[in-house]
Amino acid sequence: MAVITDALCPFCGCMCDDLMIVTEGNRIIEAKHACKLGAAKIMGHHRIKEPMMRSDKNGNFKEVSYDEAIEAAAQILVKSKRPLLYGWASALCEVHKKGILLAEELGAIIDNTASVCHGPSTLAVHEKGLPTSTLGQIKNRADVVVFWGCNPAQAHPRHMGRYSVFAKGFFSDKGRKMRKIIVVDVRKTDTANVADEYVQVEQGADYMVISALRAILAGQAAVVPDQVGGVTKEQLVKLADTLKTAKFGAIFFGMGLTQSKGRYKNIDNAISLTTELNSFTKFVIMPMRGHYNVTGFGQVCTWETGFATAVDFARGAPYYNPGETASNDVLYRKEVDAAMIIAGDAAAHFPANSVRHLAAIPLVQIDPYWNPTTEIADVVIPTAICGVEVEGTAYRMDGVSLRYRKMIEPTHPTDIEVLERLIERVKEIRGD
Amino acid sequence: MTLKVNLITGRTINQGANLENKTSPDYLEATAYCELNSNDIEKLDKSGNNVKVRTNYGEVTVKLKENNGNPDGIAFIPMGPWANAVVDHDTKGCGMPGFKGIQAELEGTSDKILLMKELIARYK
Repeated sequence: MAVITDALCPFCGCMCDDLMIVTEGNRIIEAKHACKLGAAKIMGHHRIKEPMMRSDKNGNFKEVSYDEAIEAAAQILVKSKRPLLYGWASALCEVHKKGILLAEELGAIIDNTASVCHGPSTLAVHEKGLPTSTLGQIKNRADVVVFWGCNPAQAHPRHMGRYSVFAKGFFSDKGRKMRKIIVVDVRKTDTANVADEYVQVEQGADYMVISALRAILAGQAAVVPDQVGGVTKEQLVKLADTLKTAKFGAIFFGMGLTQSKGRYKNIDNAISLTTELNSFTKFVIMPMRGHYNVTGFGQVCTWETGFATAVDFARGAPYYNPGETASNDVLYRKEVDAAMIIAGDAAAHFPANSVRHLAAIPLVQIDPYWNPTTEIADVVIPTAICGVEVEGTAYRMDGVSLRYRKMIEPTHPTDIEVLERLIERVKEIRGD
Repeated sequence: MTLKVNLITGRTINQGANLENKTSPDYLEATAYCELNSNDIEKLDKSGNNVKVRTNYGEVTVKLKENNGNPDGIAFIPMGPWANAVVDHDTKGCGMPGFKGIQAELEGTSDKILLMKELIARYK
């Protein structure tokens, strides 16, 4: 029996770094301190054992060798005039780097799961910047914390304990007792149940509520109607007062803003609110990132291509325009003619009309697990699990990079090995 | 009688815990349901334990669950293939489909809930 201390969790953007992993032989038998989400991933599920292929999407898969599967995948990608390489968020930065090389080689579009998560937040940051901090600063200093359109009790279960609500820090030694917690949402979530104040907004009215708060902060409360987006003026005035009298305030936001009416404009407005709060006190804002290394893809893609995601290499140079080049744009317009899905599950998490097109084109999947994307794939290449069986770098939701160690030895080739062989074969076929 | 609602989709802990376990009955249990508050459930006709969700983008049958944290007229389905059968593909020019704020009609049904494989097979 062996014990790995201070292990990192490879599930969500919290990247908890205090796990204790107990192994026996090459098997994990316990993931101490992990939440339900982290433990479920680390303890593992049924894996795809061997690479698989089929010539008819309605036919049965046949097990093949890695050589055969990589050859078939390379042929699909080389023959494609407009390939899409999507996923990446459950993989390490070293994998992202290889993926971007493959995209460049193919003239493909490369996009990650932020497309259906915090992609709009990136667009807002282009417009307004991001007054933010590390999670450590929030843990040590924040006395007012707002969760807007996010539900960490269910989606980031240890966030409140480690960083934002119950955590005790240098200037926050009383933890929960010294913090005021505000939840803004359209329904009363489990997070709302632990808050000091719950602000219920009408679905899709977040932009108006943020604008009303900005007007009140600017001393223009007289122009605010009695009720905005389902929230009374009285509650808004009280909320504005709580925010501006904080010693150190933090706003965390989630899909409630990025996926609702207004999309990136909601975030744009929330960033402006945060900036304006800094006229009164110190205030920061941070997206609640989902997959553990979705932030890492944005980092790698930005330093390699200049853009965070949805990068189109068809012109020979990186081009970026979500709304035109993001995965769901090119899928529902039936623009791409082949796709590779890696470390993400498009068939589970894209709208039906996008999945319909994915099911109609040649599709390569690289993933440890059988999921809805497997159901519509032509070639399936199973790989080792990053962060559990593969070491490497990932970025926490606050942009802090941390290094994952192996917990056990891999039983499958890594994503990096498969991508390197794919790039090599693509180059050979193209005669580069 | 059909009930008109505003549909939102999103994460839950059981959906997340089965993210790498999508062929299992646990994943179906965690994602193939629709939550309404008890007022709205009263308004639904009771022809079965399941609910048929119909939007401009598709229809899907899921289990009906009560959650009084939802305000009147708001339905919630955990993110996943069942929710995505009825969400809006339009990205409004910014890459993000409409996963929240979809006008939907609900009616009680005794139709069965498709398994993940059956649901995805509809797209082939």
